[in-house]
Amino acid sequence: MSLSISDIKRIATLARIEVSDSEAEVTLHKLSGILGLIEEMQAVDTTGIVPMSHSQDVTQRLRPDLVTKTDQRALFQSIAPAVEDGLYLVPKVIE
Amino acid sequence: MINNSLKQLGAMLASKQISSVEMTTEFLDRIDQHNPDINAYIALDRERTLAQAAAADARIAAGTAEPLTGIPIAQKDIFVAKGWQTTCGSRMLESFIGPYDAGVIERFDAAGAVNLGKTNMDEFAMGSSNETSYFGCVKNPWDRSRVPGGSSGGSAAAVAARLCAAATGTDTGGSIRQPASLCGFSGLKPTYGLVSRYGMIAFASSLDQAGPMAKSCEDMALMMNVMTGFDARDSTSLQRDKEDYTRGLPAMTGDKPLAGLRVGLPREFFADGLNAQVGSVVQAAIDEYCKLGAEIVSISLPNTRLSIPVYYVLAPAEASSNLSRYDGVRYGHRAPEYTDLMDMYCKSRAQGFGAEVKRRILIGTYVLSAGYYDAYYLKAQQIRRLIADDFAAAFTQCDVIMGPTAPGTAFRSGEKADDPVAMYLEDLYTIAVNLAGLPGMSIPAGFAEVEGKALPVGLQVIGNYFDEARMLDIGHAYQQVTDWHTRMPEGV
Repeated sequence: MSLSISDIKRIATLARIEVSDSEAEVTLHKLSGILGLIEEMQAVDTTGIVPMSHSQDVTQRLRPDLVTKTDQRALFQSIAPAVEDGLYLVPKVIE
Repeated sequence: MINNSLKQLGAMLASKQISSVEMTTEFLDRIDQHNPDINAYIALDRERTLAQAAAADARIAAGTAEPLTGIPIAQKDIFVAKGWQTTCGSRMLESFIGPYDAGVIERFDAAGAVNLGKTNMDEFAMGSSNETSYFGCVKNPWDRSRVPGGSSGGSAAAVAARLCAAATGTDTGGSIRQPASLCGFSGLKPTYGLVSRYGMIAFASSLDQAGPMAKSCEDMALMMNVMTGFDARDSTSLQRDKEDYTRGLPAMTGDKPLAGLRVGLPREFFADGLNAQVGSVVQAAIDEYCKLGAEIVSISLPNTRLSIPVYYVLAPAEASSNLSRYDGVRYGHRAPEYTDLMDMYCKSRAQGFGAEVKRRILIGTYVLSAGYYDAYYLKAQQIRRLIADDFAAAFTQCDVIMGPTAPGTAFRSGEKADDPVAMYLEDLYTIAVNLAGLPGMSIPAGFAEVEGKALPVGLQVIGNYFDEARMLDIGHAYQQVTDWHTRMPEGV
């Protein structure tokens, strides 16, 4: 299927990436090429084939319900863009 | 010294012929000399590196050294390392200092290896030429007008130019093997789940796997002994008994060490799209294997061509999810100006990510968006099974598969940078291996003459699950009777 500029804008909003009008034009062209490549898949009949997510037959492990992490807030917040009193600062979201 | 094997370097350290501080200093001085042009390293920290070397010397003196103790190893900048700048090649993480160690880093530290520095890479490992790095392109040491391959291009150039004793890489669609082929050294992507992904910055989690990049298969076997093993912090890590990957190497001597080995040649790997010179170098390597006792079997991997579209659904889909964590809140780039929270997210991500990363996030977001899941993601996971089944059928007829690693030799910087689809075809022979979760390796097989320059060509060896030790034996047998792996580029 072919994409339009408004599709690009919609996808970019979903992906939380600002895209200017001129960028959207270039992106449309490049993404259309990639989607053209991807379309080759549609010629394959996959009726009844079980999708594969891991090469080995593995199941999710469970761990004992024990505390294993120590408090490293100060270390982790030392690389944060904006913190105050141990809290991450973001623009106001509730009036 | 710079061309010595890891075993030889270890012997020099054990016999006190040289200290780790002296050995490390020599590599650091070489980096100072050559890195401004080659750009293989993003982060260096002489003080931290030499402190680790001094600790290794103390350990050697105390008699508790392991095979890699005191040996300087370069780490791809995708591994989080405590106290080290860890950028993943992105502006997004330019100011990120690792608050903990990745599983791979922990293992090298525990083995006493010295972290020489963090190597350049395509941004978030998305690329096949190292041209998407925020920190600039890397030059191929064999011809500096050409790319080293990618995404592990910095590690590749560092190994090729002997700016480290060995390096680590990661391979999601060919990112260890393709640069190994383009830069003329040995690289191995292990079976998915053998090496911990803890602290390895995620690109496409169901495909990402770390592995060694080194001068020889013997060196890679020593590194595999350090790198592999179960890690409870990685939910896809496999619980298996510890293996000694060097165990079979001594037997790889004599007249026909590979007698009876069935080597499968996939017809699809020698069809249209393969450069003729690369094809003849690969054929010569296969002839050499016949002299070592191997028998050739013609096989078919009929869905090879589909591996590219399948990959370019699955990898971007997983990437779009993994990279959603970069929101400018807890770490990473935050835009200096914004109006509200949504605007902060959108601007921070627009500024922090480069063009290729944005493209892949957008593709991934699209294929996962409402109404398209069955047509894209589910379909791709179904074809992924067909691709894995092709390999399973092939391995009933042969023990290993051989063919080219990449369709051509190193291309010129900028040549494919503007055409994502042409760039994606670089990984035609490597991607299927990731989709199936199999181990794959590239070893130097010779050179192709291109515009007056001799450019390296790699031979790919694909094994069945957990067959790394045998693959390394097979590579080692070839490296006993050829000297391609000892060749060094001029000017380094």
